[in-house]
Amino acid sequence: MEWLRSLMLPPQGSQFAGEVDNVYMGLFWLCGVLFVGIAAAAIGFAWRYRYKPGRVTPHQTHNTTLEIVWTVIPLLLCVAIFFWGLNGWMKYAVAPGEAMEIQITAKKWLWQFEYPDGTRTANEIHVVLNKPVRFVMTSEDVLHDFFVPDMRVKHDIIPGRYTEVWFTPTVPGTHHVTCAEYCGKGHSDMQAKLVVDNEADFQKFMETGGTEWEDYKMKPAEWGRIQYERKGCSTCHSIDGSRIASGGPSWKGIWGKMEKMNDGKEVLVDADYVRESMMQPQAKIVAGYDPIMPTFQGLLREHEIQGLIAFIKSLGNNPNGGPPAPTVLSLPPKPAGASGASGTTGTK
Amino acid sequence: MSTSTLDFHDPHAHGGDAHHQHHFATMEQQFDTSKIGMWLFLVTEVLLFGGLFVGFGMMQARYPQEFLEAHEHLQRPLGALNTVVLLISSFTMVMGVLSAQRNDKKKLVMYLILTILCACVFLCVKYFEYSHKFEEHLLPPRWYQAQPGDTVRDAAGNVSHGYGTFFAFYFMMTGLHGFHILVGIFLLAWIAIRANRGEFSSKYYTPVDLVGLYWHLVDLIWIYLFPLFYLIK
Amino acid sequence: MANTLTSRGKIADHPRPEVNYLNASKGIWSWMTTVDHKRIGVMYLVGVLTAFLMGGIFALFVRLSLLNPKHMLFGKVLMSAETYNRVFTLHGVIMVFLFIIPSIPAALGNFVLPLMLGAKDVAFPRLNLASFYLWVIGAVMAVCGMIFGAIDTGWTFYTPYSTTTSGTVTLMVMAVFILGFSSIFTGINFVATVHKLRAPGMGWFDMPLFVWGIYSTAIIQVLATPVLGITLCLLALERVFSIGIFDPKLGGDPVLFQHFFWFYSHPAVYIMILPGMAIISELIPTFSRKTMFGYRAVAYSSVSLALLSFIVWGHHMFVAGQSQLATVIFSALTFLVAIPSGVKMFNWLGTMYKGNISLETPMLYAISFLLLFGIGGLTGIFLGTLSTDVHLTDTYFVVAHFHYVMMGGTVIAFIGGLHYWWPKMTGRMYNEKFGALGCVLVFIGFNMTFLTQFFLGSKGMPRRYYNYLDQYQPLHAFSTYGSWVIGLGMMITAVNLLASLRKPYDAPDNPWGGTTLEWKTSSPPIEHNFEEQPVLERAPYDYRPEPVAH
Repeated sequence: MEWLRSLMLPPQGSQFAGEVDNVYMGLFWLCGVLFVGIAAAAIGFAWRYRYKPGRVTPHQTHNTTLEIVWTVIPLLLCVAIFFWGLNGWMKYAVAPGEAMEIQITAKKWLWQFEYPDGTRTANEIHVVLNKPVRFVMTSEDVLHDFFVPDMRVKHDIIPGRYTEVWFTPTVPGTHHVTCAEYCGKGHSDMQAKLVVDNEADFQKFMETGGTEWEDYKMKPAEWGRIQYERKGCSTCHSIDGSRIASGGPSWKGIWGKMEKMNDGKEVLVDADYVRESMMQPQAKIVAGYDPIMPTFQGLLREHEIQGLIAFIKSLGNNPNGGPPAPTVLSLPPKPAGASGASGTTGTK
Repeated sequence: MSTSTLDFHDPHAHGGDAHHQHHFATMEQQFDTSKIGMWLFLVTEVLLFGGLFVGFGMMQARYPQEFLEAHEHLQRPLGALNTVVLLISSFTMVMGVLSAQRNDKKKLVMYLILTILCACVFLCVKYFEYSHKFEEHLLPPRWYQAQPGDTVRDAAGNVSHGYGTFFAFYFMMTGLHGFHILVGIFLLAWIAIRANRGEFSSKYYTPVDLVGLYWHLVDLIWIYLFPLFYLIK
Repeated sequence: MANTLTSRGKIADHPRPEVNYLNASKGIWSWMTTVDHKRIGVMYLVGVLTAFLMGGIFALFVRLSLLNPKHMLFGKVLMSAETYNRVFTLHGVIMVFLFIIPSIPAALGNFVLPLMLGAKDVAFPRLNLASFYLWVIGAVMAVCGMIFGAIDTGWTFYTPYSTTTSGTVTLMVMAVFILGFSSIFTGINFVATVHKLRAPGMGWFDMPLFVWGIYSTAIIQVLATPVLGITLCLLALERVFSIGIFDPKLGGDPVLFQHFFWFYSHPAVYIMILPGMAIISELIPTFSRKTMFGYRAVAYSSVSLALLSFIVWGHHMFVAGQSQLATVIFSALTFLVAIPSGVKMFNWLGTMYKGNISLETPMLYAISFLLLFGIGGLTGIFLGTLSTDVHLTDTYFVVAHFHYVMMGGTVIAFIGGLHYWWPKMTGRMYNEKFGALGCVLVFIGFNMTFLTQFFLGSKGMPRRYYNYLDQYQPLHAFSTYGSWVIGLGMMITAVNLLASLRKPYDAPDNPWGGTTLEWKTSSPPIEHNFEEQPVLERAPYDYRPEPVAH
């Protein structure tokens, strides 16, 4: 019966799908049999007892036994179906604790996904094969609905509230995400790709941090400002020249300046210095500040570092521009032998 | 006999009672039917307000502290005064119906006028309450102005939307109730004029009875509204 | 009165009266000021059929636009996404609020109910006329809303989309509010009529089942519609004064709107289907010439459906953000609805068993109903079941399901009832062959259109979609071809009925051999329905040859 199932239902992408399909097919057969019975009776009686002049019909007003039977049997059937559906549903009512959490922000007419490390993607999500994933969803404007037919999951996304949905993807490849709650003109264009990766591919995806940065490829400073907010730089470094209590120096106007360190040396604030300050913050400490900054080694991707450098440069007050900073975002050069999966700057 | 126009009375067939409509066999049947109709209408009224009561309950569950504090901004004595006024009006209404049943036209008109007066007093008090709310900006969320006693605020010191929501419900529910009072005044005036013309008697006082039922319902709704808004615990 | 059909029915032993309700008074004014339930019923009929025509044209445009994913027709784009959204919204609003809800109760019910009870009129004739005018005002407002702007919210008016979108939503919502009061007053009128104006000798269980159905419907109209009224008021206030009850930005809750909306609109589904079932309960015994099997069970099932309809609204919101406990409870309660529906189905089939069944047009519609409502009801089980509903809700599966219930059920029953009482209402018989042809075409076209949509939905095609994936194109195209067949069938039916009006009166009093009181008066009836107060001598659907004492 697999052919019949695949004729009616989309491919199965999660374990949930298998269970839903079992219930669906069970109901299909049950209802099919019931319908054939009703149709056979209606058409059969109409033919068998077709009009003949003068025929007298029996005066059957009721038959209590029969009526009780055809009330009670459907009732029992319904109770059974209810529990069958409930059983399948309960298993998926609450996500397992170890599930990876992905935030979804829906808005007219765009899907935005955010990973635990702050990585964001638009209209494309990557998840790991056979690992449960939990989506925490909210909307910025009207109702939307996160619907992945292959996974058999669906839930409304409500502004001002968080709703959840989860599943464990079991089939690698690309699946379709679609908005199922009417949201206006672009409702049917609110589509996204759900890519189920194996562990290695997912790691690669996380290294590049999705595709959002590519929109800022030619605008590194803007990308840097976004990282400044997102990565938490703004908690310790102001950009208006003020000093944040128990924080670090403001970024305003430091680009190209000779900064005095607490060991008395003077250092030029350029790309190398800024990069070093992020990766090994304790290496050089500006005079008058405490060595409290944590390292961002591994937390910042190459294009994010480039963006931050360009952003700090844009805050400088150097008429001649000061030392050079990246003008185009790029991925780090691949180590020799690695295959250029992402392809943007992959070396051959 | 022309029954396909608004002139529906058919005095010839039924012993001359001008109020008897031709599709009823007896006056009694006609009276009972009218009462059923009125009761059904009152049921729809209860459900109309019922929706708002449920909405209020759900929002109160969402903003318990805000609702508790917001109700302190209401003027409880005025609310209590209005409750008393409406209770008196219910009493005069009952007396009115009783007078109709006793064929006492003078008393009927008097009680109807007293009821109307009570209704007007109610609306006046309501007017003072409303203008006070407007002055103090005790209004739905968009226009609500934080009051000194409001404790539920976000990190930036903005007052919670719950206060405004309380007043959104306050204005909707008391407003809808006030509208019913207004309609009631017109109905009572219409009945009073007809009564003054001597149209009612112990044999036919259906309109008086039905308007009375309506008026009692409007009072009853206030009896629920008053503790809901003014006496939150 | 030579008519082939009359041989089975009882022809009244008196000549057709000269004066009937249609010609008793003349001129448009005499119609506009009438308080005669029969004339009001006819006016409602004209009104709802006009609405049905409008809604149907919008439906054909929706289907035409979906013929291919690019919405291309003869090299041009038929409609943009905005237009598409407006067209399907108008289709929904018109069909639900202007057509289906008033169709059977207000049009056919108004005409037939007092006749069936042996009454001269409904309890409150003037209120009846007022209801009609409220309907007219609501309809005019809705049409104005269409002409002077547009709405694109879908017929469900979900917040916060409906409070933020531009267009004439406020006007449309107020139109629906007024239509709601029209419905409430009709309901009050019918309940009072059934309670107080039954013919002498007619106990509750001597009432025709149509009356039971309309009575149950009226109860829902009275109890549920006020909640819709207040909800729509809140929506309008939200749009005009931003009171913030449903607006999350002002601390409100958009899901609250859905609870309120479905608290009415789920019972409203029964306002739509119960009268349809009620008509079928008339047609089947009449054309089977056999007494109704399990009369009491059918009567009780109408009332229990009416009551159950109030406690299942949450099944529209399994994935909409209500609590999980609520979802489980609503699912369980929803299954209870299947029981009375099933009981009715079995009793209808039991009535046909060993009957003497003639397949005139109304009976063809009744059999269509059994098949289509059968599919509609059974697919409801998929949606009531929790795990499958998650996948199927908000897809074409739901669209197909409610069209099977609303159109395959109510509309088919309505047209069947219209053919059944047409001789009584107009005094004319229509052409039987064209009537049957129309029915068969509608049946075939309907299944072409909507059976395909179950597959679309199961495959994951969401509803209210302008663009769709190419893989769905063949099914969509087939569905569109089906809609043309429905259109053709409807056209034949309409022309056939209208053509009969050109003939002189030729309908006998009782062309089908019905046993209920409306067949005891002339066709068309006289102004006051009956020459003298009818007294019930036999229970309805008593087809035993010899009259027996009641």
